[in-house]
Parts: sequence; structure tokens; C-alpha cells
Amino acid sequence: MILDGKAPTGKIQDSWDNYRFELKLVNPANKRKFKILVVGTGLAGASAAATLGELGYNVEAFCYQDSPRRAHSIAAQGGINAAKSYPNDGDSIYRLFYDTVKGGDFRAREADVWRLAQVSNNIIDQCVAQGVPFARDYAGYLDNRSFGGAQVSRTFYARGQTGQQLLLGAYSALSRQIKAGTVKMFPRTEMLDLVVVDGEAKGITIRDLKTGEIRVHVGDAVVLASGGYANVFYLSTNAMGCSVTAAWKAHKKGAFFANPCYTQIHPTCIPQAGDYQSKLTLMSESLRNDGRIWVPKKKEDLNKPANQIPEEDRDYYLERKYPSFGNLAPRDIASRAAKEQCDDGRGVGPGGRGVYLDFSTSIKRLGEDKIRERYGNLFEMYERITDENAYKQPMRIYPAPHYSMGGLWVDYNLMSNVPGLFVLGEANFSVHGANRLGASALMQGLADGYFVIPYTIGGYLAKTKPGKVKTDNPECVKSIADVKAEREKLLAINGKRTVTEFIRELGATMWEDVGMARSEKTLTDALKKIPSIREEFWQNVKVPGTGADTNQQLENAGRTADFLEFAELLTRDALHRNESCGGHFRVEHQYPDGEAKRDDENYCYSAAWEFKGVGKEPELHKEPLKFENVHLAVRSYK
Amino acid sequence: MSAHASDGTMNLKLIVWRQKGPNEPGKFETYEARNITPHHSFLEMMDVVNEDLIKEGKEPIVFDHDCREGICGMCSAVVNGVPHGGFKRTTLCQLHMRKFKDGDAIYIEPWRSRAFPIVKDLMVDRGALDKLIQAAGYISAHTGGVPDGNATPIGKRTADYAMDAAECIGCGACVAACPNGAAMLFAGAKISQYAELPQGQVEAPERVAAMINAMAENGFGNCTNHYECQAACPKGIDVKFIARMNREFVKALAQDKVGALAQSGK
Ligand code: FES
Repeated sequence: MILDGKAPTGKIQDSWDNYRFELKLVNPANKRKFKILVVGTGLAGASAAATLGELGYNVEAFCYQDSPRRAHSIAAQGGINAAKSYPNDGDSIYRLFYDTVKGGDFRAREADVWRLAQVSNNIIDQCVAQGVPFARDYAGYLDNRSFGGAQVSRTFYARGQTGQQLLLGAYSALSRQIKAGTVKMFPRTEMLDLVVVDGEAKGITIRDLKTGEIRVHVGDAVVLASGGYANVFYLSTNAMGCSVTAAWKAHKKGAFFANPCYTQIHPTCIPQAGDYQSKLTLMSESLRNDGRIWVPKKKEDLNKPANQIPEEDRDYYLERKYPSFGNLAPRDIASRAAKEQCDDGRGVGPGGRGVYLDFSTSIKRLGEDKIRERYGNLFEMYERITDENAYKQPMRIYPAPHYSMGGLWVDYNLMSNVPGLFVLGEANFSVHGANRLGASALMQGLADGYFVIPYTIGGYLAKTKPGKVKTDNPECVKSIADVKAEREKLLAINGKRTVTEFIRELGATMWEDVGMARSEKTLTDALKKIPSIREEFWQNVKVPGTGADTNQQLENAGRTADFLEFAELLTRDALHRNESCGGHFRVEHQYPDGEAKRDDENYCYSAAWEFKGVGKEPELHKEPLKFENVHLAVRSYK
Repeated sequence: MSAHASDGTMNLKLIVWRQKGPNEPGKFETYEARNITPHHSFLEMMDVVNEDLIKEGKEPIVFDHDCREGICGMCSAVVNGVPHGGFKRTTLCQLHMRKFKDGDAIYIEPWRSRAFPIVKDLMVDRGALDKLIQAAGYISAHTGGVPDGNATPIGKRTADYAMDAAECIGCGACVAACPNGAAMLFAGAKISQYAELPQGQVEAPERVAAMINAMAENGFGNCTNHYECQAACPKGIDVKFIARMNREFVKALAQDKVGALAQSGK
């Protein structure tokens, strides 16, 4: 099937304005008759729930954490992009649009990216109005910094906690609606199934994580904002509870999963210290503004303290290879370059898996105080974890899985192929193509939630009748029974290995074979290993306790079971995409200098997969990509 | 016990609060954490113990955690009598085992406070903090129709002050540390952040009145200036924000906003 993204045609500059005008509206008096279920309360979910509540819809919101304020958007450090061009440095909506399409290696839908760039400015205004304490200059105006993949300063920030401040802003708007009674909040609940009635999404089945109760919530539309799937690699910068489960359950009920192989490996994370490690910690990419990345030129220098290696014996490889972007090269490029250095035996620190991020030049130029003011909390965090003082010696960094550009397929309305199911933020596949630029995730989450879904969902609801499905509908009853049966099955296995052992094993396989560099051989290997881990899991996992109260092992077992199915799809997608693009790097396809080599002739499309059963070959649907405004070109950051 | 000390690994004794549910009695149980390296985080040490418990066919210790990088505010346990273990500007998930030594005995308990009922083991219900924000911990800015972000210049000092207050991660350590179970530091920080910013000043009197009311309604105690909250706060939130809250309250009284609120049934 050829998929239609329903992107508006005509001049891109007017596309969103015209489209918005054409969209059907729901009469204000009717809005409260429609119930919308929002899953996830990160930037996308919280902003959507709050805004839909403000409009008068009847909203129910769900999150697995004990409070909506804790979703993992909170951990984003660096900033949020917008095309304000306050610094007068040549930025514009067009340039943000252009940078995002190019940064994504030409694998995103142009109209969606344009819209994102256009509403980016409204986001900043909205957040300021909510009391988000963005950094300001002495005259009181908003401060900007530059970020990877851009040559202008367009990133707004709140110290090193931009995600936290934006999320708390959205959470405050959400809280206001909870008080107003338009939003009902269900914390400590996890979505475990999508209820589809007559082909439309009309409900979700959730498990109450405190009482173990499994029940259905019905609504007129379902909005999934459940985040990304980087934890399929086990060690990632995601929170421990982040999972593919909500998206995967929707996929199993018919929603297409698009481009799962587009995963982002973030270049600036603290290297792994040991096997016991449970997660990796990211250091904001903004550090690359003032830090210089290098490794020793000579292998015999590897064990020397960094400050004893003379300048001429250091290889500032990003500056050398990409003179115009230097240390600010896009994430995929910076990550692969680090891996190359380490594969070449020039990595530093335990296991030789690290490169230096050195602030000494900037400290000399600006003084330690300025650096402390800019990155104090990051240096503190680094020291807490590594016991090393980065003012005195360079940081050690290494890439780690961080973000997923792929996700459920959505059209221009952010609606999946299952009518009534909308997908926002990291959970969808829409705007980042094959690689996301720094400070664009926060922008997308809030764009989707504050400024896109409030309009586009009306277009769907205006054509439906409210309250069509009740909880006694056979599909609801069946969904509850299925979810219960799956929990009971997990609890009954009583095998010998813990859930963590399985997810670690899966993660290691994914990182080795489907990580930063993929080949036909490693992918084919992975396609053999994953099903065998999955089979063993269903025979030999040990899940203690019962389903009748808080059971974190049971929660993790469910998420792991889904990752074990999803991993296969990710790998298949990576194998099918016989080209390199953005975060998807096939070693067979590269230029002599190691750059990713796209194949626009054969792969200029989004791959949307249809579920056909566990372990069965999924069906591929294609959405061809047209580039009418940005010229398809080799992405160069030299 | 110290057989491993030579290779840098440690064995520790954990004395952990176990409680099956909100209405069940709880008690301390003793466990051993074996082969812990100085690089393990505290929660990774707990993971090791839990893996052992599962293999022995026992129920692992339930504890809240998520980001494991000190920002989500989910992790929450009292370690040796102090919330988050008492290391400066450090959440429990950021605490590393290099701060302990081989053979140490470590007491681990849940937040204990009237407003935070225990869910299971070390997990508590902190919904009361959400209730405070819902009471008025926001600026009533509807989505859309707001002025340009640079329309009102905000002095750097003002922005920094607001940010100092906004760093709170809502973990509730301040409440757990307070002998009165007060949430004054939490509420004071939010009230101060918005009272300082021009956008938040319009509603400042109503906000402080409503939030102070909500504290009483949700089971939080009063402040009697112990300042344990500031000492326990992993983000270093300053008690000056409590003083600011009190000043804002007096201002609201002077403007007769508190009475008006009481009458409107808030
Ligand atoms: S787990 Fe997020 S702050 Fe500790």
C-alpha cells in the first residue's frame, strides 16, 4: 500500500495556515461531550491534555509515574529551538525548516517540518507567559546559544534544565485544568492495550500500578504521547520506566510503525563504568559549544594524564574533519567519529571506550567562572558520577542511545492509520527524519501538544458522534481478558532468570549488532538471536509476587516482553533499509571518508510496517517523500 | 565480611523497611549487599540485592525511581536517618557507593510523613504535592494569544532568582525531613518563582492564599523554623523562599485577598 501523509500542497509558507482554516471545528458547546484519552504526560502529553482541557474537551490523562511532573522530558538539559532570530544572525522560519530537513538527512515530510518551524516561535512566547525562567541577558532579553547542526544561535535555555522547566510549565497548565475539572489525572497507571472498535481507536486498557486493577477507559479519541524506545538497547539515557509498550500495543492493534531503525546515539554521555550499570547519563550537547573533543594521536599516550599530552600530540578530530562545524557537527556524525577513534584503539578511560571533551581552552579564554555559570550543574553531575573534576582535567565522553526518531506512523493531522488514534512527540515518526538535531525534541513535543493537536483532533471529532463505545463493548471485555491473561502467563512461568537478565541480554545484542554501525551480517545475526532470547524469556523468566498489588518486576516483565518483539521489527527495518542515512548507518554504504551514503533512488520513503503476528514477517507500506522546497543533496557538514 | 576489601569491592548490611501495603504493619528486615564496587550508584546496589532476593524466591524491595540522574524527583528513601542519604545536592539515585565502606550497616526507610501514605516498602504516595500545585501553583495563561517572549524584559537577577526557586524536583525530601511534615519549602519555592516574575505577579495574592490553604487541607504541618528542609533538599532550595512566601501572604492579607478567597469557598 502507498500511504498518503495528507500533507497540504501548494506554497509551503502558507500550508499550515490554509490547512488550519480548512479544518472542521467542533462547536464549543459540544466539546465537553467528547472524551479524549491522553497517554503520557511528558512535554507532548501534558501540553496536549492541558490545551484540550482549556478548549473544553473532557480529558483523561495517564502516566506511569507517581506524578505527571516526572515524565522523562524532564531530563532534557540543553534547550529548545525557535526561529525568533533575536540575535539577528540570519535565522528565519525557513532556515530552521531547512536545517531540520537537512539534519534529518532528507527522510522527513516537508510540510510537517515547516509547521514545526512555524509554531516554534509561539512555544517560546507561551512558555514565557507560563513563568518558565529562561536565561536572560542583563538588559532582560531572552538569551540564546548555538547547538549541534546549526550555524545560528536559536536555542533558548533555562540553565542546564530546560526540559525540566518546560515540563513544569506544561505540568502547571495541566494542573490548572485538573483543578478546573476538565482533565482527570490517573498517575501510576500503565497502558497495556488499545481498544479498537469498528476500526477506530475508542479506548485503552490500563493496569493500576498500585492496586493491580486492570480496567478499560473508553473515549472518542486516543492520544498517545508515550515517548521513545531507546531502552531497547537497555543501557540508554532514557529513564528506567521508558518503554515501547504503549506504542507497541497500538501497533499490534493495527497502527503502522514507521522507520524504527532511526535511532539516535547521543555523542556526549558519560562512558559506562561496569557491567552492573543500569543506565547511562547524558551530558548536554551544549557542552560542545565550549568543549573541544580530542583523543591522543599516539597510542603510547593513552595512559598518560590528559594534561601531560602536549598540544601537538592531540587529535581534535572533529575540528580536523569538519572545519566549518567542528565540535558542533550533528549528533550522528559526532557519535560515529568517536566510535571510529575508539575502534582504532585511541579511546581513553576504562575499556578504551571514551574520548576527551576538554574545556581548558575555554577556561583560559573566558575564565572558570563563566564556564561554571554556563555548565556548573553539568560539571557537578559529572563529578558525582565519575569522581573527576572537569575544571582540572577533560571530561571523558562516549555515545549512548538517547532518542528514537522512528515511531508510530502519522499523517499531517498526527493521526495514525487507525482513525481516532493520534500520536505525538517522540512516540511518532514525523519531523526528525533519520536524525534529530539538538534542542528539537522539546520543540516538537510542545508544538504537537500546544499548537497542532488542538486543531487537528477537531477535524476528526467533528465527523464522529461522541460516546459511541461503552465499557461493556465486547472489544473492551476482550481487551481486559487479554491483558489479564498476559499478566497471568508472565507470573506463572516461574523460571530461573530474572527480567533484568533478559533485557540486558537483548540490549547487548542490539547495541553490538544493531547499534551505531550495522551491516547485513550483524543484522541477520540479530534476527536469529532476538527470537531465541524471546523464546527463552517466555519459558524461563522469573517474575515474583502476584498481580494484585504493586509489582515492579511484573511491570518490567511486560515492558521487556514488548521490547523482545519490537527489537525484531527494528532490526528488520534496518536490514531492509539498504542505505545509510542519519542515525541509520550501514557500513556497506559510506563514502571513502566514512560519511553516510544515502540511496535516494531506492529509499526516499518512510517505511511503515504492519503487524502480522509475533515472529511473522510484517508487511511494508511506503510513504514516498517529495522534496519541493529543500533540494535533495548530500548532507555535508564540512 | 571484609574479604573483598582488597579488590575495592564491599559487602554491606542493609536494614530495610518492608511493608506489604498502606494498611499493613511494617518491619525492618536485614539483607546483605555483596560485591558492591565504589562505582555502583546506591540504586544499583539496591538492584543487586533485589536480583538476589528474586533468585531466592523472595519479593524484591519496592522503591520508586525513574530517571536515575537526579531530575525526575521519583527516588525517595531515608538513608541512615536522612532523606536521600544527606550528601549535599545529591538525590539518592546520584549517590555513589564510594561514600560507604566495606562492612557498613545502612538503614533504609521510606519518607515518613502524614501527607505521604506508604504504598509498599519504600514507595509512598506524594499526590498531596500535586494537590498543592493544582490549588494555584500556576500562572493562568491560556494556550495562544500571549505576547512576544521579549515584550516584557526581565532582569537577569530576577530570572536567576526565579530559576533558583524553580529548580525544585518535587521529591518531597523537605517534607520528610521536617519534624512537622510541612511542605513550606516546596510551596514557598513555587510561590516565590511566580511572585518574582512579572507574568506571575497578577495572581500572586490569590496564589499564596490558595496554596497555604491547600497545605492545611492536604495534611501538611506548619513551619517552626527548623530548616531541616533546606538541609535535606537535593537541589539546594533556599529557606529564603519560605520567608518570601510569608511576605507574600502578608501582602495578600493587606490587599484583603485572603478573605475574599475564603468567601468564594476556596
Ligand atoms: S530517580 Fe529521578 S531523581 Fe532519582
